[in-house]
Amino acid sequence: MNEYTNAVEAKGLTKRFGKFTAVDSVDFTIPRGEIFGLLGPNGAGKTTTIRMLCGLLLPDAGSATVQGFDVASQPEEVKQRIGYMSQKFSLYNDLTVLENIRFYAEIYGLPAERRATRVEELIEMAGLKDFKHEPTHTLSGAWRQRLALACAIVHNPPMLFLDEATAGVDPVSRREFWDLIYALAGEGVSVLTTTHYMDEADYCNTIGMMYQAELIALASPDEIKDELPGVLVQVDCERPVEASEILQGLPEVHNVAVHGAQVHVTLKHEWQARKIGTALTYAGFAVHSMETIQPSLEDAFISMVMQRQSRATQVPGQPQNRSIA
Amino acid sequence: MSHGLVTGVMLGRGEHHLFAREWGWYSGDMTDKTPESAMDTAIKVEGLVKRYRTQNGAAAIREIDFEIPGGSLFGLVGPDGAGKTTALRILSSVMEPSDGKAWIAGFDTHSRPEEVRKRIGYMPQNFSLYPDLSVRENLNFFADIQQVPAGDKKARIAEMLAFTRLEDFESRRAGKLSGGMKKKLALACDMIHDPQVLILDEPSTGVDPVSRRELWALLARVVQEGVTVLVSTPYMDEAERCRQVGMLYQGKLLTTGTPEEIIDALPFEIVEVKARPRKLMRQVVADCGEVHDWHPVGDRLRVLVSGNGNTSRAMDTLARQFYANRLDVVILRQARRTMEDAFVHLVKAQRAQA
Repeated sequence: MNEYTNAVEAKGLTKRFGKFTAVDSVDFTIPRGEIFGLLGPNGAGKTTTIRMLCGLLLPDAGSATVQGFDVASQPEEVKQRIGYMSQKFSLYNDLTVLENIRFYAEIYGLPAERRATRVEELIEMAGLKDFKHEPTHTLSGAWRQRLALACAIVHNPPMLFLDEATAGVDPVSRREFWDLIYALAGEGVSVLTTTHYMDEADYCNTIGMMYQAELIALASPDEIKDELPGVLVQVDCERPVEASEILQGLPEVHNVAVHGAQVHVTLKHEWQARKIGTALTYAGFAVHSMETIQPSLEDAFISMVMQRQSRATQVPGQPQNRSIA
Repeated sequence: MSHGLVTGVMLGRGEHHLFAREWGWYSGDMTDKTPESAMDTAIKVEGLVKRYRTQNGAAAIREIDFEIPGGSLFGLVGPDGAGKTTALRILSSVMEPSDGKAWIAGFDTHSRPEEVRKRIGYMPQNFSLYPDLSVRENLNFFADIQQVPAGDKKARIAEMLAFTRLEDFESRRAGKLSGGMKKKLALACDMIHDPQVLILDEPSTGVDPVSRRELWALLARVVQEGVTVLVSTPYMDEAERCRQVGMLYQGKLLTTGTPEEIIDALPFEIVEVKARPRKLMRQVVADCGEVHDWHPVGDRLRVLVSGNGNTSRAMDTLARQFYANRLDVVILRQARRTMEDAFVHLVKAQRAQA
C-alpha cells in the first residue's frame, strides 16, 4: 500500500464532451472515514465526476487520486479499492440473496477460503438473514437496497461510491440504511454519495454543491445553512399567494417564496417577524401560525443559484431579492 | 376577528428568542382555520381496496378512507410502493377499485366516470406530451380533447401560457423543453378545461430544486383560484407545504390531518446535539436516561425526549453530562419536529403492533 492521508483528492478535475463541459475545474478532498455528499440537480455533473473517480472516464484536465492512486494512470489500482452502488443496482433477480452475494464475491476474486465467512458477515451486517434463500425479485425496495450495498462491499473496499443510491425508500428504511453507512465510516471506510434530493445530504459530513458543472459550495451542511443571510420565517396564513404580494412590499422583507400552503419569508432580524405578522393581519389575512425555521439545504442551494443568476430571468416564487444591507 | 395581535406588538423589544417557535400575538385568532374550505367535499374515498392479480398476497391499497374539502391542497405522502399511484388512478377513474368507493365532486368514479373526467385534471407520473408538437400545439390539442368551447379556446390557452410563464416558449417543440418546463406544460394541458379538481402524481420527482419550488408556487396559485389539488409525493418535506396530509405506507393510511395536527400528536420533542469527540457524544446520549431514542444525521444527533415541558430538563441533563465528560459542545438546541419524524414514528408504531 502507498501512503495517503485523504481517500480522495481532486484538483482542477475537468471533463468535456465535445463543446460541452460536464465537469469544470472541480477541487475537493475527502478525508479517510468521512462521508462526502455531492449534491446538485440532474445534469450538474455529479455522475461524470464519480465516473472519473472510479477510473471509468479519463479527465480532460486536472487530476484526482483515490486511496492514493491516480485515476488516470492507475485506474486498475483504483478499481480494486472501490465499491460502487448506483440507483439501478445490478442485482440478479432470479438468484437468491445468498447467490447474489456469492456471485459478487467470485467476480471480485475473493479467495475461496474466505468467501463463505465474508458472505455470512455481509448477510449479518445487512440484516438479510431471514431472506437468505429468497429470490431477489421478491424483496422490497429497501431490502434490495441493503443487498446491493452488501454486494458492493463484498471485497472490503476502503472507498465506497453511492450514486443516487439512497433515494426512494421509506424514511424508516432510509435511516436504517444510513446507520449501515455510518457503521462502515466508523470502520474507516470513506464514502462519496451523490443525490439530487437535497434533504438526503444532511446525512453527510461535508457537502459539495454542484451546479452547471461547477462546484459552487464546499462545507458541512450546517456551515452551508449558516451562511445564508437573515432569518427564515414560515408563515401559515390564508391566501398565501396574495399574502406574499403584501409581504414583498414590506421594507423588512428580504425575500418571499410561496411553498404550497406556506409562505417562507426571509428577514434580517427575528424580531421583525412580529411586524410582518401585524401587517398581514391589518391587511385582512388571518395568520394561523408563524415560526422561525432553519433553512434547508435546498433553501441554501437556491439562494446560491439565485445569486449567480441575479441578472438573469426571474423565477416565480422567488420574486424579489433585495439586498439585506 | 379579535385583535389578539395587539398584545404581542407591545411585548418587550429586547425579546429575541433565538429559538422561539411562535409569537404570542395571534393566539386569539386560531378559531377559524380554514374558512375557504367551508365548501363541499371535493374528493371522498371510502373503504377503498385494490388488489392486483399479479401480486402475491398483499393488496396495493388496503381499506383507505379520506375526505378532501373543496379548495384544499392535500398531499398524499409515502415512499415508493406505498400505493399512491394506485389511489390516484382510481380517483381519476382510469382504474377500478376492488372494493370500496371514491367520489369526485359527488360523482362516483366507477358509475359516473364521464362526469368525473370533465371535472378533473390528471397528471400521471409519466405524462405524455407530444414531443413533436410545439407548446401551443400541445395546449391546442388538449383543449380539443377536453372539448373546450371554440370561443374560449384562444383565451384559455393564453391564460395557461401566462400562468406557467411559457409565453416565450410557445413555439418551441415540447421535446426540446427542459424537465421543469415539461412539467409546467403538462400542468397547463391538464388545466386547460378549467377543472375543479387537480390530481397530480409525483409532479416534483426528478425536477431540479429551482423548478420544484416554482411548481409549488404554481400550485399555491391554483388553490387560491379555488381548485382542489391532490398531489402525491415521496418527499416528506413537501408534506409541510400542504394544507392537509395523508400518510400512506404499504397500502394503508397511517394518519390524516394538517401538518400541525400530525406533529402536535407526536409523544416526543427533538433535541439536536453536536459535540466532539463524536464517539463520546454518542455514548453520553445513549446513556442518558431521559433519551428515548436517537439517530445520527451527519455530525449531529437528533435525540428524542419526552415532550410536555420535560424537554428543557432533558437538555439540562445532557448539558451537564457533556460538561462532566469534557465534550466540546457545538450544538445543543430544541429542533423542529418534521413530517419525517412523524412518518417514522407512525411506521414504527405500526410495526410494533404487527
